[in-house]
This record gives sequence, structure tokens and C-alpha cells, in this order.
Amino acid sequence: MALSRDQMAIRVARELEDGYYVNLGIGIPTLVANHVPEGMDVMLQSENGLLGMGPFPTEDQIDPDLINAGKQLVTTAKGASIFSSAESFAMIRGGHVDLTVLGAFEVDVNGNIASWMIPGKLIKGMGGAMDLVAGADNIVVMMTHADKYGNSKLLPQCKLPLTGAGCITQVLTDLAYVEIKDGKFHLVERAPGVSVEEIVEKTAGEMVVPDHVPEIQF
Amino acid sequence: MAGFDKVVNTYEEAMAGLEDGMTVIAGGFGICGIPENLINQIKKMGTKDLTIISNNCGIDGFGLGVLLEDRQIKKMVSSYVGENKLFEEQLLSGQLEVELTPQGTLAEKMRAAGAGIPAFYTATGYGTDIGEGKDVREFNGRKYILEESTQGDFSIVKAWKADRYGNAIYRNTAMNFNPMAATAGKICVMEVEEIVEPGELDPMYIHTPGIYVDRLIQGTFEKRIEKRTVREG
Repeated sequence: MALSRDQMAIRVARELEDGYYVNLGIGIPTLVANHVPEGMDVMLQSENGLLGMGPFPTEDQIDPDLINAGKQLVTTAKGASIFSSAESFAMIRGGHVDLTVLGAFEVDVNGNIASWMIPGKLIKGMGGAMDLVAGADNIVVMMTHADKYGNSKLLPQCKLPLTGAGCITQVLTDLAYVEIKDGKFHLVERAPGVSVEEIVEKTAGEMVVPDHVPEIQF
Repeated sequence: MAGFDKVVNTYEEAMAGLEDGMTVIAGGFGICGIPENLINQIKKMGTKDLTIISNNCGIDGFGLGVLLEDRQIKKMVSSYVGENKLFEEQLLSGQLEVELTPQGTLAEKMRAAGAGIPAFYTATGYGTDIGEGKDVREFNGRKYILEESTQGDFSIVKAWKADRYGNAIYRNTAMNFNPMAATAGKICVMEVEEIVEPGELDPMYIHTPGIYVDRLIQGTFEKRIEKRTVREG
């Protein structure tokens, strides 16, 4: 069975460590915040200028001056700090954020990522995505293995315009956990009940398969 | 106006001198921390062919979106746009030009302009369409592209409180692009919720020193919410 969105978030949450500063992209990556292991302290960075993002406010906590990068109302967590956009991207570009999780349309064997525009569709912009992929050392891409037409999103070479070049080393899809190195995908783990053959068949780029590929445990 | 006193009493005075074809740098993220009354004043003045440098372009009927209604904007320099129908229409019909810029690069372009730095190297955008035609240099084994800073004829910003000298404090994430925008305009116009006397704000907690601010005005703000995400209490 392919992983549900929550199961994907649970798996990515295992990459967290106590004391991590983490930036979660808009969409599925935000679900990771719901699965921070108990007893572990992580602080969420929001690129509009907030380190230590709390949950959505209750009705009586609403503050129009306090939003996240998705423009949603939020609160501050204990120990939060607030700063300008320049400061926020200084911590991103300076490599100070420990883990960045973001979605993508395509990833390829050279670690290129395409996540911001589809030619022919209305282009809204890259927001902070280009800064995040260029600045972070530790990035996990979270996406479905194939698009809604069944086309693989793990490619020999990205077809869509790039968000960043050579910056992705880890991808979690609904089928597999994949590492990227030496110009190849490397299958690390698979979704429970999903065969190695199925994953290889649904991966357009070259995939190295070790003798043993464990199932992701839940 | 005398000495360091930056206070002006009307929005007409605040935006005096803005002319057709000028470049305006605006603070704000989405519609949070935007100089809403200064934008409305530009709408009222009917100034045309403006280049606006701002992370976003507001929404239909609010924020920078109102400047689209009478086609006052010629070009937007932003990281993320298209939260408004009118924007989409004018973009697709070719009436509006858009230069998409990565968010961190946009913030740095403003910061650098205010600090007298004409250009800077960044890894952001290298190997993408954004890096096309830009100077590339390698430092410590990594490739970087040269990005130029962007100055404005005017910058319009929103802070929470300021003293009459323009020493200002922002509130929560309404800070966003405002501190950099404040430094990047030849004329910086700041609007605030409250003006106090010099000496009332603790000098240790000033975000924007008054040296950057040319005109200061107190206004009232609607503070519209773009995405009302609330949880059960």
C-alpha cells in the first residue's frame, strides 16, 4: 500500500532531532509538525520572519499581525523570536536551519528539483523556495512518486524549470525513501507491501537497489 | 517640520512628490504589515506607470491590489503574486509586467540598496532561469550569481509605533520586509499606529532608526486577514 499523507509525515518526522530548527514548506510538509516525537523539542521557522511558530490561534488569540509564510494566522511558541525577512533569509542562506522539508513536481538523479512553475499554467512565483533549496544542507523532498497521470516524478533529468540545481539528496514518496548520490537514485526503504519491482518500474531515473530494502515500519 | 521631527499631518503631504513612472518599494508580506493608507493615497493621486517592488501585490480590493483597478502599476517586482483576479487578467493581457524574484534575494536587494551595496553574490537561483545571463562566480567550490540591489524613488512602510524622530518598532510578523524597505527608498514614508514623543521608546528596542525615515504619519488600520485559520479553544 502506498503511504498516506500522514504516514509520509510520520516517516519524515523520524529525521528530526532534539534541538532542530526546521522549515516546513506549504502543503504536505506542514503535516510533519503533527508528528514530532514526544519529549523532543524542535522549533519551526517561517520565512516571513518567525522562529518558533505555534499552532493556529483560538478565536480569542487572533492577531492579524501574526502570520506564517503561508499567510495563515498562527501563534508563537515558547522561546520564539521575530525578525525581518532579510534576517530570516540570512538564517536560511547561511545554512543555520537544520532541516528543510518541501514538496516538488520533479526531482532528478543529479539532485535537481523543479517545484515552482509549470509552463502554460499561471505562474505565481517561487516565493522562498529557491532560497531554501540553495541555502539548506539537509533537505527532504516529500512528494508522490508519480503524478496524477501516472508519470514518474523521479527523473533522469527534470523537464520543468528548476527551483535549484544539485541540491537534493533525500526524497520521501508515497512508495519509497530514496537517496540521491553519484548521479543515481538509491532505494533505501519501501512502503509496507510495495514491491521493489513496482518502485523501480515507477522510477524513470536510474535506481540502485541494494540486496535488502526494508519496509517502513509504523 | 523642525530638526529631527519627521511628522506630517496629512496623507497628501506624506506622498507629495510621487510622480508617474517612479519606483516604489513597499513593505508587507501578503496583506500583513502593509502601508494600507499610503497605498490608498497613491490610488487617490492616480499616479501611473509605477514600478512597485514588494513581495506580493495584495488582494482584490485591498493593499496593492487597489492600484491595479485604475492600471496604475506598469511593473511588479515580487516573489509571489496572483492572489488576485485583476492581477491575473492584466498579466495575461500584457498590461502588466512582472519580474519574479526569489524572496530572500528580494529582501537582500532592498537591504543592500539601503546599505550602499550595488550588488551581491548568492547561491539562490544558480542553475535556474533566474540565473540566466547573470554573472557567475565560484567561491569555495560553490557557484553563485550576481544580483543587483534595487533602490526606490519612494519607499512606503508600516510600523507599529514610532517617536516623532522616526525611531520605529514593528509588531510581530508585521515587520517582514518593512525594515529593509525603509532603508531602500530615496524618500521613506512611514505610517504607524501610534506616534510618541522622543525618549518614550527604549533606544535598545528600536528596529528602524529614525535616520532612514523622511516622513512619518499616524493612521488607523483595517488589518484585513487573508487566511483566517483558527482552532477550537
